Amino acid sequence: MKFQKELKDSIRKALPELDVVIGWCGSFDPLHATPHFIRREEDIEKLEIGPLSVHNLATYLPGLRGKKVGIVVKGCDSRSVIELLQEKLIARDDITIFGFPCTGVVDQAKIKKALGYVGNVESCDMSDKSVVIVAAGKAHSLELSDVLADKCHSCRYPDAIISDIFVGDKSGEAVPAPADYEALATFENLSLPDRFGFWLKELDRCIRCYACRSACPLCVCRDHCAAESREPHWLSQENNVRDKLMFQVIHAYHLAGRCTECGECQRACPVDIPVLMLKQKMNKEIRDIFKYEAGVDPEETPPLLSFKMEEENITEKDW
Amino acid sequence: MPVLEGKELRIVGFLCNWCSYGGADTAGVGRFKQPTDLRIIKVPCSGRIDPLFVVKALMNGADGVLVSGCHPRDCHYAEGNFYARRRLEIMHKFLPILGYEPGRFEYTWVSASEGQRWQQVVTSFTEQIHKLGPAPKILGPEASDTLGLMQAAL
Repeated sequence: MKFQKELKDSIRKALPELDVVIGWCGSFDPLHATPHFIRREEDIEKLEIGPLSVHNLATYLPGLRGKKVGIVVKGCDSRSVIELLQEKLIARDDITIFGFPCTGVVDQAKIKKALGYVGNVESCDMSDKSVVIVAAGKAHSLELSDVLADKCHSCRYPDAIISDIFVGDKSGEAVPAPADYEALATFENLSLPDRFGFWLKELDRCIRCYACRSACPLCVCRDHCAAESREPHWLSQENNVRDKLMFQVIHAYHLAGRCTECGECQRACPVDIPVLMLKQKMNKEIRDIFKYEAGVDPEETPPLLSFKMEEENITEKDW
Repeated sequence: MPVLEGKELRIVGFLCNWCSYGGADTAGVGRFKQPTDLRIIKVPCSGRIDPLFVVKALMNGADGVLVSGCHPRDCHYAEGNFYARRRLEIMHKFLPILGYEPGRFEYTWVSASEGQRWQQVVTSFTEQIHKLGPAPKILGPEASDTLGLMQAAL
């Protein structure tokens, strides 16, 4: 990326004041990136940003509370940072935000689906339009737009909304068009028993690894999660589809009015359960009722932490 | 075998201590006739109700859930029901995505003196649930247990 050098320079300048700067770097093969914790000057060179920078690094911020942290954010990640600031889970003075104009990240699940298992990846070349992956001596070519994450196709905030240092040119004003939730609308055309059956079938695969929870930047209860609590005993430890579904409802409900739809829950899921859809539904309802979108303004109050004496958009049942 | 088996569905009611529970009591003292499907759980305030109670009840075999608290502006704790209203409304809108009819869950306000209103709420809600029939149940640890039965029912 063109502004990568500029970004490295600004990190170099800021690093003496900071304990750690979080970015991305290459991983076990050229097709993957991994979060990169820059503590020393020599770590900076390893930094790489691009379509492989999929992780939402804001997830690390609450755990690093009290330290001076620098963080590199995509537009969607910056919304998680705003949400964390809004809930006072991190202090604004402690973090330095590096923004850049994001052009979209890939969805590894889509690559896997398109290519199947290809063996050892030797190189991966990403241009603006295409991805060329060389694996086991064979070149595979894909259209970049075919493997971009769903959230990137309808991205409304490619630039970090909040940043201390912004490198590169802003890709323009945020497009305030409302999210359209196409997949959700299609799903809602199904009959109710079909929807019920769909969730049972999907959740049956769940292995209860709680990667969705670990990857979620707003799941901040850590050791006090309702999933592990014994009093009240929300969930049993049995391998039971009811508990698996219940956990996803708990997750979605605990994110009501907070979720910024970064999609980390779904990306982290090792068995590809479409758990993001539950959160999208929640967000859609919140938008319709409260005209509220999470992670845009750090000064706002989440809708479930406030109320109005007369609610304009709630019509109660007339008995 | 109990006389009502097969005729009754299971409805769970979460009632606040100060208004609706009193209202239900008033209805009882006044000997107003009510259907018997409802089982009441008393909570301190409608603000105490985690909307996840509703989902948990439905998933564990309830056919309907009724929540009732003090009328807005009349909360014993001044504002508990204002928060409850927002939370419950969202859950009401959210339930259909899971495959539950929105009508399986309702929330309302009944004051301690409104025995008559309580009778009306219980009667019409029970009627509503009977119209919907038994809620989809999750049987057994594997999804296939339930899915097989759902197929067979079609």
